[in-house]
Amino acid sequence: MARAITTQKKVMWTALAWAFGLTMFFPILWTFRTSFKTEAAAISDPPVWFFFDWTLENYVDVQARSNYPKALMNSIIISVGSTFLGILIAVPAAWSMAFVPGRKTKDVLLWMLSTKMLPAVGVLYPLVLLAKWLGVMDSRILLVVVLMLINLPIIVWMLYTYFREIPGEILEAARMDGAGLKAEILYVLTPMALPGIASTVLLNIILAWNEAFWTILLTTVNAAPLTSFSAPEGLFYAKLSAASMMAIAPILVMGWFSQKQLVRGLTFGAVK
Amino acid sequence: MSIKKTLLMSAVSMGLTAGIAAAETTITIATVNNGDMIRMQGLTADFNEKHPDIKVEWVTLEENVLRQNLTTDISTGGGAYDVMTIGTYEVPIWANNKWLVSLNEGMAADFNKEDLLPAIAGGLTVDGELYASPFYGESSMVMYRTDLMEKAGLEMPDAPTWTFIREAAAAMTDRENDINGICVRGKAGWGENMAFLTAMSNSFGARWFDEEWNAQFDSPEWAATIDFYLGMLNESGPAGAADNGFNENLALFQQGKCGMWIDATVAASFVTGADSTVADKVGFALAPDNGLGKRGNWLWAWSLAIPSSSQKQEAAKAFISWATGPAYATLVAGNEGWANVPPGTRTSLYENADYLAAAPFAQMTLDSILSADPTNPSIQPVPYTGVQFVAIPEFAGIATQTGQQFSDALAGNQTAAQALANAQELTTEEMEAAGY
Repeated sequence: MARAITTQKKVMWTALAWAFGLTMFFPILWTFRTSFKTEAAAISDPPVWFFFDWTLENYVDVQARSNYPKALMNSIIISVGSTFLGILIAVPAAWSMAFVPGRKTKDVLLWMLSTKMLPAVGVLYPLVLLAKWLGVMDSRILLVVVLMLINLPIIVWMLYTYFREIPGEILEAARMDGAGLKAEILYVLTPMALPGIASTVLLNIILAWNEAFWTILLTTVNAAPLTSFSAPEGLFYAKLSAASMMAIAPILVMGWFSQKQLVRGLTFGAVK
Repeated sequence: MSIKKTLLMSAVSMGLTAGIAAAETTITIATVNNGDMIRMQGLTADFNEKHPDIKVEWVTLEENVLRQNLTTDISTGGGAYDVMTIGTYEVPIWANNKWLVSLNEGMAADFNKEDLLPAIAGGLTVDGELYASPFYGESSMVMYRTDLMEKAGLEMPDAPTWTFIREAAAAMTDRENDINGICVRGKAGWGENMAFLTAMSNSFGARWFDEEWNAQFDSPEWAATIDFYLGMLNESGPAGAADNGFNENLALFQQGKCGMWIDATVAASFVTGADSTVADKVGFALAPDNGLGKRGNWLWAWSLAIPSSSQKQEAAKAFISWATGPAYATLVAGNEGWANVPPGTRTSLYENADYLAAAPFAQMTLDSILSADPTNPSIQPVPYTGVQFVAIPEFAGIATQTGQQFSDALAGNQTAAQALANAQELTTEEMEAAGY
């Protein structure tokens, strides 16, 4: 009897998980399908599901009028660069907050998080004027720094919660054995927190990859990443879908390959 | 050849290349993505041939993103762009802020400013200075199904009235066969339903503001406009009309689901093109009126302008002279046929027999453009310019909000009176806050 209930529950949960998964995946499926339609078929009402004349012309058109490899390279440099720069700054910051907290540590953590609540457009003009004054508009270095600053609170918070799970005694033991601060962070803390650091890196690369406000407004020709690659298509839904698929494909593939690591890291630490 | 010699020659040739590269000027052009602009990008080789010293970089963005990007750049004096594609709405505002360079001087000898259509050039001129050169111009008109009109036993006049349009729409509607008599914009937005409604309100004698900048949504003329619009769409419009913008209506018309569609003149080539299932059954008429002396058609031009912050104004002028000069039409015609020449900017195009033969909608486009008057949009006096917009910086925000009210009324979520009262209140508030 008990066994029957368990099976029933199992089926129910499986069905629910599938339903949830499919709902989440639906927009991507829709975009994928639309990218192979003609413009007229893309906006036909009622929509045609799968039985239409599949065409690759959107992918050809989109590539003909934009420089995909350049945008891809910019996306990789900006998202990876900003994430690693962020990690470099966040590891010592999170270490000090987790292992030698001061009276104001909690306040600092909350203040950092509160900066995420500021609407981005509020700092648009100061940032543009500053970038112009420094002569770094439309450069990768500007976006690396800006996206690092935007994602830094998340990186610090995630690392902080991972580090908190590591017993302070282990670090103390290392210190007793004569390890300096650098050796303690590099050889003791980092290897233990590696799953957490890896998932932080992956999540932040995804966040930086998808960031569309700053990457479009601060770039024109030289540093424009994949977000601006799909921006021109606007009202042309089929071409927009093709450009979007090409823009998300690299990060989607990366996500699939690192899925296990990402889920493990996320469920171990911070966002559980 | 010895290694030394080879190295020496390589160094010399590299030096020469560097010298050429240094003499080259690179201009950055920001543009929207539509058929005519994409065609222009494809023809850049011709410009490069005529100006080998100027290299062109393109930044193509969707309309709203482009507007946001350009506004940020020009208001901070960013100087990222040398040529900007802007609409008729921005030109007077930006010119008054001294953000644009006058095109009265320094254009190529064959540019011929006098050849520009007066109605279009008028909207781009401030104090006698032309601040942007039109790349293509458009108005709005009625596109209708000749077969359905005949079936309904009616004949479309060249210049119909709103009453006729409403009656014809009801007569053409055939719900069983999914045919809607009339399709017009219902989606909220200053460039969507408010472009249509503002132009329509002109023909009903309404205006956005009186001479003291007081909002006029509480006037009987606006009430008549909105009542007519809602009544006509409820009787003969498609289901979910409140979500339909240009693209949705285009798809409906192309699939044979609209009897009439009142929208941009540029749509004429789409509804008669290869994607349309009704291409051979389309007729054109002027936008409707109410016998008050103004028709419900708008006026818009995508134009090329040079921001004052550009460091390469001479090269930018050379490019604009090429892209919007009279020779460009011949270039497009030679490559892609006369029907694909950007319409609505030059008188000479409408005197060209080849163009008139290739584009059956040419005369109606010209008549529509010429019948719009951006400096006197309403029959009542107004303090602003613009036919389907009011050329003040606050308009885009205000009209998007009022557009939501009317879209909501069309969806049946509130009455026309409520929508008008809300529009009046929010417009008054915003204008007071802006210091008018």
